[in-house]
Amino acid sequence: MNIQIDALNTVTMFLFNIIVYNIVLLYGTVGEIITEKSGSLNLGVEGTMAVGAIFGYLMGCYTNSMMIGILFSIISAGLCGLLFAFLTVTLQANQNVTGLTISTFGVGLYFFVGKGLGDNFPAMSDYSAISEGANPIYIPFLSDIPVIGKVIFSQNILVYVGVAIAILAWVYLKYTKPGLKLRAIGENPAAADSMGVNITLYKYIHIIIGSAIMGIGGYYMGLVLRGSFEGSSCWTDGYGWIAIALVIFASWSPAKAILGTIIFGFFNTLQSRSGSLAQAFPDFLGWLKDIPAQFYSALPFLITAIVLVAESMRKRKNKNEPSAVGINYYREDR
Amino acid sequence: MSRKIIALLLAVFMCLGVFAGCNNQTNQNSDKTNDGAQNTDSSFKVGAIYITSQNDTAGYTFAHHYGITTAMKNIGLSEDNLFIVDNIPEDKTQVSNAIDTLAGKGCNIIFGISFGYIDAFAEAAEKEEYKDIIFSHATGYKSNETNFNNYFGRIYQARYLTGIAAGLKALELQNPSIGYVAAYGTEYAETCSGINAFALGVQAVYPEAVVHVNKISTWGDETKERQAAEALIDTYNCCVIAQHCDSAQPQKVAEERKIFSCGYNSDMTKESPNAQLTSAIWNWPVYYQTAIEAAMNDPENFMENVGIYYGGLKENFVGISPVTDNCAEGTKEIIEKVSDMIISGEWDVFTGTKLSISETGEITKVTAATLDNTDSTVIAEDGTMYCYVGEDEDRALSASDASGIAFEHDAVIKGSMNYYVKGVVEG
Repeated sequence: MNIQIDALNTVTMFLFNIIVYNIVLLYGTVGEIITEKSGSLNLGVEGTMAVGAIFGYLMGCYTNSMMIGILFSIISAGLCGLLFAFLTVTLQANQNVTGLTISTFGVGLYFFVGKGLGDNFPAMSDYSAISEGANPIYIPFLSDIPVIGKVIFSQNILVYVGVAIAILAWVYLKYTKPGLKLRAIGENPAAADSMGVNITLYKYIHIIIGSAIMGIGGYYMGLVLRGSFEGSSCWTDGYGWIAIALVIFASWSPAKAILGTIIFGFFNTLQSRSGSLAQAFPDFLGWLKDIPAQFYSALPFLITAIVLVAESMRKRKNKNEPSAVGINYYREDR
Repeated sequence: MSRKIIALLLAVFMCLGVFAGCNNQTNQNSDKTNDGAQNTDSSFKVGAIYITSQNDTAGYTFAHHYGITTAMKNIGLSEDNLFIVDNIPEDKTQVSNAIDTLAGKGCNIIFGISFGYIDAFAEAAEKEEYKDIIFSHATGYKSNETNFNNYFGRIYQARYLTGIAAGLKALELQNPSIGYVAAYGTEYAETCSGINAFALGVQAVYPEAVVHVNKISTWGDETKERQAAEALIDTYNCCVIAQHCDSAQPQKVAEERKIFSCGYNSDMTKESPNAQLTSAIWNWPVYYQTAIEAAMNDPENFMENVGIYYGGLKENFVGISPVTDNCAEGTKEIIEKVSDMIISGEWDVFTGTKLSISETGEITKVTAATLDNTDSTVIAEDGTMYCYVGEDEDRALSASDASGIAFEHDAVIKGSMNYYVKGVVEG
């Protein structure tokens, strides 16, 4: 049986999908990096993304505007951040427990709202601005370049926003004065406090900004899945947890998070595309077909585990993990 | 000080929340009792163990929950007589605990909907103290003589019909490439027989067509299902996408790419109005009503009256959703004819006799062996079905040593089918 396959197209679509289905990880990772740099470990990424996803999607549909969708994903996820900040910074609650609570709460809220709407849940195809906004953009000339044009210059607008946020966050943390103060808080809040930095304000702002970024990622995922509310699995299905691991992978650098997202995305995408690649290149990649599909499912998590182990074993000269992450700062304890 | 006040306020709000929850529940309960005014036997209790939440709005657990509640409503049992333990993973201890809970509530029949519950169910059914409880396990293969059965449907019959719709559409478009997003492949007879029946249906009208299968190795994951469908279309230029997985994502992809699709589980026309041909669907209330009625009226002879239950098109346990206008001309008439042949028992899918359907809709029966995709005979002309047995590495068939099993349709469900028919390509 001869099956004709366009090999170039197969590769192009493989690379294209690495970006499409994994850019959500970049949002989660960058949001979490900003949060952790302020000395707060927010394990509520999954829940925060879910909240941003559902409210962003609903408001975007109701107003038929993607901008309002993004705005509401920012506001609703930011409120999750505010809740986390209030509990951990003001009330000094344990960060791990609070983060896990936010995760459970957020996913629960997602289902509560979605199921509550039942048959009234808006279908994306009914809202022209949203369904068009979710489509890839077209840049004259650039989008027509073979392979690269499709992979890099024909993505959804939120893909570029995500990368821009990552680069901005990197510059902010590395080269600006507030970024320096923020890193000081993450390393040694007492020292920063004695320097006159308003710890509470800094923590509040960055936890909220971090959560807001996660929220946009959730909204993006809702658009990618075309707003299909199934009621059994969440749009952000597990991506939030992987993002937390990617923070370590990226060693707390938003720029490296872009690389981490692509590497992770590569393994994540192999599952659905390995058969295509094997058919397109039977000589080089035919062996991909003989690997059990279950292995591909496990692969992203295997890679995560390996990275975490490797990271913990590495003798690092400049330690990137904020020293005070996960520890609440209480001025009177100084 | 202010912190204490805030904490106190939060605590008060939480308490209020709890009370509000209680109120809602009591209201619901009283509503239910009002509904179930025409109880036939209010002491009969039904137990169910679910793999995910009873509040799901779609998917596998939802389908069973809908089946059980609808059946109970039809019989006239109040919903108060239904006891559910949900979110139970396929772990023997947890399933056993759930069974104990339901038995403790006095359930007369206990349904378990997931395959991995099998051992816990088999064990509980043998216990002396549970001998008056009927255990009914979906998708399994174990049973006993008195109070333990298993049940499943011949969904492959419905899939064959959707295959005909897909094949006719592909023929109309002159594109022999059809995609199939599958949870698993040859690992389970359930998925494998579905794929094969679909492919045979396609080939009955379009013999040159190829069914490309992309596995996601989970029963449901929206992101993976979507990616798998996209990969099939990008790589093989498929003109129809069928599926054996939980969400409607493959249907949505077909809609976006302006190709056609066959859904599964429920009528998926609303997810893909311009793409949908017809969906293979389950009518779970059919079994649940049969089982609950039998258990109420004559629990002693449950195994004689219901027994191991594999209903199909004939019992209306499985079926297809209404054939849409997206289908090629004449699809509806052909499907109706074939459906009648299956219902009357004149013909069935895996029998050594194939159907050949011309463009004008004439159906001819052809006695021909069914080959697998390595060209070995898997169903002989006399209907003998062969399957791969043992751990033979080259996946040789057992036909040569004549240990092929005589054909019985239950073998398809019970788990002996583990190959793809010719024309099915994985990848």
